[in-house]
Amino acid sequence: MAFPQPRPQVPQLPQHLLRTIECQQGAVRAVRFNADGNYVLTCGSDKSLKLWSVSRGTLLKTYTGHGYEVLDVDSSYDNSQLCSCSSDKTVILWDVASGQVTRKLRGHAGKVNCVQFNEEATVMLSGSIDGTVRCWDTRSRRYEPIQILDEARDGISSLKVSEHELLIGSVDGRVRLYDLRMGQLHVDFIGSPITCVCFSRDGQCTLSSSLDSTVRLLDKSSGEMLGEYSGHVNKGYKLDCCLSDKDTHVLSCSEDGHVYFWDLVEGSLTLKLPVGKAVVQSLSFHPTEPRLLTAMEGHVQVWGAEPEDAAVEDG
Amino acid sequence: MASDEESDEDFVSYGTPLEPLEEDEPIRKPVPVHEQTVKDEKGRYKRFHGAFTGGFSAGYFNTVGSQEGWTPSTFVSSRQQKADRQNARPEDFMDEEDFSEHGIAPREIVTTEDFASERKDQLKDKARAVSSLAALIPGDTGLLEELIAPARSSIGVELLRKMGWKDGQGVGPRLKRKQRKQNDDAVQVYGCAFPPNASEESEDDDEFAPENVTFAPKDVVPVDFTPKVDSHGLGYRGLNPLQALGGGSESGHINLFTLQSDRTTSLFGDRNSRRQRRGGIGGQAFGVGAMEEEDNDIYHKDSMSNYDTVLGGEEPGDGLYGWTAPQQYTRKKNDSKRDVTYLGRILDGFTLASEVTEIKTVYPPPDLPRDYRPVHYFRPVVDSSTVSPIVAQALLTSRGHLSQEAPQQGRHSLGSSQRRDMLGETPLQGPSSVFELLDNKDRERLNEIRREAEEQNKSVENLSSAVDRAAVVASAKAAALRALSSRFQSVAPQPDSHTQSRTSPTRTQASSETQMALKAWSGPTADASKTFKPFAKNSQKQARYDLYINKLKQGDKDALELSLDSSMTEWERGRERDEFVRAAVLYKPSNSSLSSRFTRSKNEDDTDSVEVTRDQENDVDDKQAAVKMKMFGKLTRERFEWHPDKLLCKRFNVPHPYPGSSTVGMPKVKRDKYSVFNFLSITDSSQVSREAPSAPKPPGSSSTLPQTPEVSNKKSRWDIPGQVSEPKDPLSAFLSETRSEVLVAKQIEAGAKNQTDSSHATATPEVNVAQSDGKQTEQKTEEEEKEEDEEEVRPPMDLFKAIFASSSDEKSSSSSEDDSEEEEEVAPPTSEPIQSSAETLNPPVSAQITPAPDISKVPDLKHLTVQSKPSAETTALNTQSSSQSAPAKSQGLDEEEFGPRLPPPGFIPSACSPQLKKQKKKEKEKHKAKKHKKEKKKKKNKKHKHKGKQKKRVEESNSSSDDADSNSEDENRVVSTSELLQRLKNIRSKR
Repeated sequence: MAFPQPRPQVPQLPQHLLRTIECQQGAVRAVRFNADGNYVLTCGSDKSLKLWSVSRGTLLKTYTGHGYEVLDVDSSYDNSQLCSCSSDKTVILWDVASGQVTRKLRGHAGKVNCVQFNEEATVMLSGSIDGTVRCWDTRSRRYEPIQILDEARDGISSLKVSEHELLIGSVDGRVRLYDLRMGQLHVDFIGSPITCVCFSRDGQCTLSSSLDSTVRLLDKSSGEMLGEYSGHVNKGYKLDCCLSDKDTHVLSCSEDGHVYFWDLVEGSLTLKLPVGKAVVQSLSFHPTEPRLLTAMEGHVQVWGAEPEDAAVEDG
Repeated sequence: MASDEESDEDFVSYGTPLEPLEEDEPIRKPVPVHEQTVKDEKGRYKRFHGAFTGGFSAGYFNTVGSQEGWTPSTFVSSRQQKADRQNARPEDFMDEEDFSEHGIAPREIVTTEDFASERKDQLKDKARAVSSLAALIPGDTGLLEELIAPARSSIGVELLRKMGWKDGQGVGPRLKRKQRKQNDDAVQVYGCAFPPNASEESEDDDEFAPENVTFAPKDVVPVDFTPKVDSHGLGYRGLNPLQALGGGSESGHINLFTLQSDRTTSLFGDRNSRRQRRGGIGGQAFGVGAMEEEDNDIYHKDSMSNYDTVLGGEEPGDGLYGWTAPQQYTRKKNDSKRDVTYLGRILDGFTLASEVTEIKTVYPPPDLPRDYRPVHYFRPVVDSSTVSPIVAQALLTSRGHLSQEAPQQGRHSLGSSQRRDMLGETPLQGPSSVFELLDNKDRERLNEIRREAEEQNKSVENLSSAVDRAAVVASAKAAALRALSSRFQSVAPQPDSHTQSRTSPTRTQASSETQMALKAWSGPTADASKTFKPFAKNSQKQARYDLYINKLKQGDKDALELSLDSSMTEWERGRERDEFVRAAVLYKPSNSSLSSRFTRSKNEDDTDSVEVTRDQENDVDDKQAAVKMKMFGKLTRERFEWHPDKLLCKRFNVPHPYPGSSTVGMPKVKRDKYSVFNFLSITDSSQVSREAPSAPKPPGSSSTLPQTPEVSNKKSRWDIPGQVSEPKDPLSAFLSETRSEVLVAKQIEAGAKNQTDSSHATATPEVNVAQSDGKQTEQKTEEEEKEEDEEEVRPPMDLFKAIFASSSDEKSSSSSEDDSEEEEEVAPPTSEPIQSSAETLNPPVSAQITPAPDISKVPDLKHLTVQSKPSAETTALNTQSSSQSAPAKSQGLDEEEFGPRLPPPGFIPSACSPQLKKQKKKEKEKHKAKKHKKEKKKKKNKKHKHKGKQKKRVEESNSSSDDADSNSEDENRVVSTSELLQRLKNIRSKR
């Protein structure tokens, strides 16, 4: 208390390309770090889901079982299970080690855009274009969802789960925050179709990107806007946004082939990371380190704060 | 202990030497384990049976004692020699194994316990015996026995002896004297705590330290200064080899076995020394060590004498008071010079530290400014809606805490068109008012009915309220009937000469409808059996309808009149007439070719209601505007009650927020199927209901309170609610009628409410109530702008019924919310999901007269009286056309727009031009929906106080509520219908 906190270091941004992974699975629809950030999961449009090592960039496992392109994936906290969703309207729970389908859950009426485990991987939540979020129990053998959240008036584009809250972004231009503990539903009207939502790491804010090429940081409790980040292009695609590992920066994909870094507080564009010429479709930030994954077309790029050689030594 | 013959020198060899190898003998291979066999003493193989089945085989191949089996004892009995009584002894059943050395009954000669020495006991009990301090005279407990006890040592001791150990020596490799000294030194490195052992010192001091001679290690129990990290009890030391070897605990050199005298002396000493007690292992918990013979006192009972019962009682003299440092400390104190230089008293057992401990540097905490407060105190941002208006205003003026509102004031004072320009919105397309959607005939009809209402009001106006309520009711009824009859019966008298021209089209229209029905049904294609039964829910009504249809088919011009039930009231008949005609027109027989293609649905769903979420979202446009202005927060956020599934909560490890509730998801409410509200997202009571999601009322309680119970009971809820579609639309009529039958029960509830309501109504001043009505309509959504304009000259509800046969109710509910909000936010936040539907139960006539919307909002009657009065007042401000003050109202409205509202500051009479008023209305229209969004946290108490004042004022002109309504018409009458229409046109043209 009496001692002042050490001065926080200037956060490093992952701006050095460490490696490029050619995924060989068609277009990479989503790229995700696993829970601890050591592995990468890529969702391919060729119905496959692949697990890669970040440090080596090698393919570890391919999970096949979806009937159409895989759209999102999430790994459980203990890395023992994966859940993925697909355009084939199913949600699949995978066993990581064996690569077998533990459970294949049907129920959505349309393609499933996003899927997420809860903290203890006891529930899978999947949001679909049919406007519902379904909560699937991973513990029981039931094939019906525990609950269906059908408050959205249009397709669900993105959802995130925190300890007791579900953050759901919908194409109807609203971000819905379901608070299980309070039993309340907060609906924040954004207006433009939401493409991605996420919690800040401190859990106090929500970030939502929408098709009006704007990323907004909203206070979770009041819904007030804390920051607005624009400059990128997001008009037609479902692009990801996220926060950096220490909540210092806001990141968003862009249709102009860049990843935009804004300072969270100032709202100023800190870095415009050129990824390629095509649309940066998905990105994922390492949970603890300044490391970034971007997915463009058929490959995934790993970005680190230090240049290649140094990072390799680290890894 | 064998030694080589050749070298008989001072070789000491341990153990038994191996047999010397023969030169030529082939090296024997060791027999592997699996080939090793066990043979008994006779050379028989013994088979191992397993430890629990007795070990090795016994008897004759595990059967009996011998090959012959058990030899029976031959029974011999004769006269001389009777058979002895055989007494079987245990030995009879034992074999030689049992009698062998390790058997259970060894036959070898051993010293029995009786003759064995007590040494073992002594060893175990010595500490106890000494500690008991019972024997002041040492030796009285068998000292003599000890002296003559045979030397019998444990196997461990004997083994050690065989290995060359001698009593009194330590165990271990032999050492040189010097080395040992070094060892001692090394031990002493451990610090000041190591006690210099006096006896050891004396021995070490010997000059006799030959170079080549090694000595056995001293038999010393090394003092262990390792910090206590285990979880043993304090003082537990594990097995003490000294004791295990039978030595005394402290005096390690006593040879218990050989040097008896020494031992005794030492024992004497031991007995006197208190150290004994700490010395050995004792108690039954330690079991038998490898060095001990046996734990022969298995059932040892601990005696309390082994324990101190008094703290420090035994050692008053040593000054240690519980401090149990080794006594060497106490001996050694004052040795060092440093101790002398130390001025303070050194506690016994302690010495001064040799090294100065490092002084920890302590950094002082930073100096805090004097006025520093450790807790940040946020300035309270006062939500004006939660604070009484006076307080809020005081705050606003003094500190500006209502910072949110202040800048918004300016914006709110803008007109809707101005704001629209600012926002860059395009002007709304399409008709600006419902009235535009009406055709001329209807509009004229509207006017005509309005006129009638005025007429009626005139008559009502003159009545004093309390006494003549019944008369008013009657007159209202009459007016309604007149209105109806004017529409459907050409015989209806024309109330006003100058309106005759206007009413005639209505009549002709009504009659034309009947003609149409007649025409349709009298055609040859008509087939009653195939016709749709619109009143299937009400069989009687359906029967009447069928009769009517049949008559129509026969070409009977009086079909309608004949088919109606004469026992019904005039009003009901009027309604039914209307319904029938419409239904007949609507379901006129289609071409046979067409109708044959359709069939009635087989399984009609009986449920006439669907589940809809109770809380509806607010108007999107407002939010859109807020988003454009980047005013996220209150404007864009909505809170709903949401029930997670129990299992979901369990999986998320959170307690269920609504432990008792069985609902999942958003709370659902039954609404009528086909209700326009299900499809139109007109903001209704959702806002209010959201405020108090946890306290939903039973549906009946929230219903509006119709004034005339006798009528209300039979009326359809859809009488009031205006159709969203135009009055001529037969579909809506049909819908309303079909539904009307279903809701009779609900209406009864509403009717019950009437009683209470009427009592309330009498208390409320006439003007206020009427104006609240007007106000109410003002608040309607934008599509109904025209209607709002019309409020000033408020037509009887019949008109509304006719025109907006299904939706005005809804509107009124929403508007009523607005009203109540605006009206100093009196309305308690509790409202009903079902409210809107319940409100629709209002019969038209009653609605006309009662301040129904106000009341409908109020959940319980307690609030009723309090609420309506101030509300009436504010509405007075709002609606009173030009003579009343507009600024007050507009301010009130503005304050409510975004964020917390400010209460109306007061009544400031001022002239207001109609123009201005119109503008205001526009504003209102714009703001209406926004108001819904606002979070209305109303603190009733404060409001009530505030209202009380106004109440008094109002009561001066107290009259019945019935009068009130009609009076309101009165005031509104100032604006003539034509003027009104003119204004409407103006508005439209402006846009």
